[in-house]
Order: sequence, then C-alpha cells, then structure tokens
Amino acid sequence: MSSRPELQAPPEIFYDDVEARKYTSSSRIVGIQAELSERALELLALPDDDIPRLLLDIGCGSGLSGETISENGHQWIGLDISRSMLDIALERETEGDLILGDMGQGLGLRPGVIDGAISISAVQWLCNADKSCHEPRLRLKAFFGSLYRCLGRGARAVFQLYPENNAQRELILSFAMRAGFAGGVVIDYPHSSKKRKEYLVLTCGPPSMSTTTPSAKGVDENSCSDDDNSEDEENQTVCISDRHRPRKKQKVTKKGKTRSWVLQKKEKMRSKGNVVPPDTKYTARKRKARF
Amino acid sequence: MRLLTHNMLSSNIKGVINGFPLRIEVEKVVEKQVDFNPDFLKNMFSKIDWKALADASKIMGYAELPEEVPDASVLDSDEFLQKFHHALLELHLEEGALVCPETGRRFPVNKGIPNMLLHEDEV
Repeated sequence: MSSRPELQAPPEIFYDDVEARKYTSSSRIVGIQAELSERALELLALPDDDIPRLLLDIGCGSGLSGETISENGHQWIGLDISRSMLDIALERETEGDLILGDMGQGLGLRPGVIDGAISISAVQWLCNADKSCHEPRLRLKAFFGSLYRCLGRGARAVFQLYPENNAQRELILSFAMRAGFAGGVVIDYPHSSKKRKEYLVLTCGPPSMSTTTPSAKGVDENSCSDDDNSEDEENQTVCISDRHRPRKKQKVTKKGKTRSWVLQKKEKMRSKGNVVPPDTKYTARKRKARF
Repeated sequence: MRLLTHNMLSSNIKGVINGFPLRIEVEKVVEKQVDFNPDFLKNMFSKIDWKALADASKIMGYAELPEEVPDASVLDSDEFLQKFHHALLELHLEEGALVCPETGRRFPVNKGIPNMLLHEDEV
C-alpha cells in the first residue's frame, strides 16, 4: 500500500478518530509540524512591528500549526475538513477559531480581510477526486480564487506541500498563477532526501520587488560546482569514456582517507542539512600505532 | 466561534450574491477570557464590518456597542477598546446555527465549530 495518505482515502475519512489521535500523539509528527509551521511563518514575512495579524490556517487539523501561530502572537482562523481532527483541536484548547469546511469548495470569507495564510501539508489533497462530483481542476480554481479574494493586497500565502510528482507541482502552481498570485516554489535542503521540504510562496497582487521568492535554506551557491570537480588533485582519476573500460578501477591511495577527503565529505553532509561536528585540529588526525 | 470569525465568514453557496452577514441563531453562548491587545484591535478595526458586529453582539446578549459606525478617533479611548475587545474576541457561539441571508440555508454550530460544508448541488 502506498505511504501517501491522500491515495488511501478522502481526508474526512482517512483522518477518523483513531488516526487523528495517532497523528497528534506522535511526538515526531508534532515536532515536524512545529518546524514546518515555524518556517512557513518565516516565509510569510509579516512586517516586524509586533502587531498581531489575522492569519488563516488552511487544513489546520488538530491545531499543531496554529499553536506555532499563537506562540508568535498572532490570531488565526483554522479550516479543516475532518471533524475528528477539529475535535482533537478542541481538546487541546487551541486559541484560534475552527471552521469545518472544504477548501475545494472555496473559502467563503469576506474580501480583503486576511493578513496572511499558511497551510501545512494540505494542498496536495486538492489534486484528488474523492467523490464523483469532484473535479480537481475546478476545486483548485475555487480554492485559489477564493483565497486571492480574501487576502489583503500584498499579503502572502505559504503552503508547505508534498507534490507527488512534477506534473502535480506544476498543476498547483499554474492554478495559483491563474488566480492572480505571484510567487514560486522554495525548496529547502534540495540535496537531502529526508530534510527536503517544498514551500509554495504566493503573494497577492502583481509581480514587484516584494513578490520575489525568498531564498531557500540549505542551498550553497557553489555546491553544484563542488559536485562537479569534487575530486582533489591528489585523488583524481581520469575517466575513460569507453564501455569496455575495466570496472571498479579506483585508484587506491596508500594514505587512505585523507584530511581533505574527510573535510569534503563533512561539507557535503552540511549542505544536505545534517548535523555535522565542527572542523578542528583533531579532525582526521592520525592515530597512534598502539591504538 | 468568536464574532471575529463570524465577521469574516460569508455564505459560499453557488448563486448567492450577498452571503454576508450570516444570521446567528443562538442556543448557547460562552465567554472566554482573552488577553487584551490594543494593537490588534486597532489593526482590525478598519477591516471589521461594524453593523454586522454590533448586530451579532446584540443577538449574543451584549448590547454595549454603538449602532452607528464609530469614528476612528474612538480608538484612543480605552473604554471603547475594552468593549470592542469583549465583543470581538471573548463572546463565543458554542451551540446554534448560522443562516445564509439569501437562501436561508442553516449551517449548524456544534461545540463552537460551524459546519460550512456544502452539499453537492450547492457548489
């Protein structure tokens, strides 16, 4: 069975009482959600003047992401389609207001009143047709259209999402653009398979200086070129572009793994966002013979 | 559901032109203490539809707000801000319903959560 929840059942059925409780009691998921919403808030780039804003949390679930919003001192309204998830949110006594609604039916909010919107791992659900009356394109159109109307001018919307493939990413982005949003996709830690996270950052209004997409985390400008000429002079091998070339012909260095090799490896791990101990004089030093 | 949210919500049914404000049917109202923050209130004041808020708070049993749209200068008065704060953030509609002003469709409110899900033929 696929590990993607949206392929298993519609959201209001998948997140039943059992699943909703499981979701919220898992400390791993709670941690990840908090991290994602923290980053989404950062990308939202609200003006730094300590005035609480009214934010929208689309697919708020049990209010894990809303908690981060409250911690940052903002008011929020949460929308979710799963009653079980909202019941958990009630139990957790979240500060925001909760609405049981389907984002694919449009948001039903007054125009221009919301200061920003975030959504954590929710928008990809729109690409599924779970009922006979569902048409993903119409639902995406209704969602982005109504979101564009209810946001104030210059307000931002940040969606963290897990697109299934490139076509799905493009589909979502194209409907956002068609609704009038400017913006693009920010990918944090693109080299890492585990920490890689995608955020769709949209700004209400025509493209301008303020609508440029913010820079992603964990991207090193020279990391690409590093990969190309990643071999040092001393352990460089000449490639033979011949299919009959002997396999596994690697130059065996007598010195073994040198300090430069270790440093390079550590730098690569850092670019993937892993936790790597700092480089010191002890890094890759030679052990004594008696060891 | 606070009146802040009620002030933002409008009916989303297909064909409805003016789905705002939703009429409130009250069964149970609760009050919850919320930290007072004048900056937020001043920020929200221009976005609030005053008439809808005043009417809604009256239905919920709080008739302290002025009927007419107040001038922006009242925002300096602490007394006004306290009332505004109480109406906007502390009154919760716990049980009841929201009714679409055009079609009369009822959206039930259970445990403070309005059910805004539409049927197939309303999308």
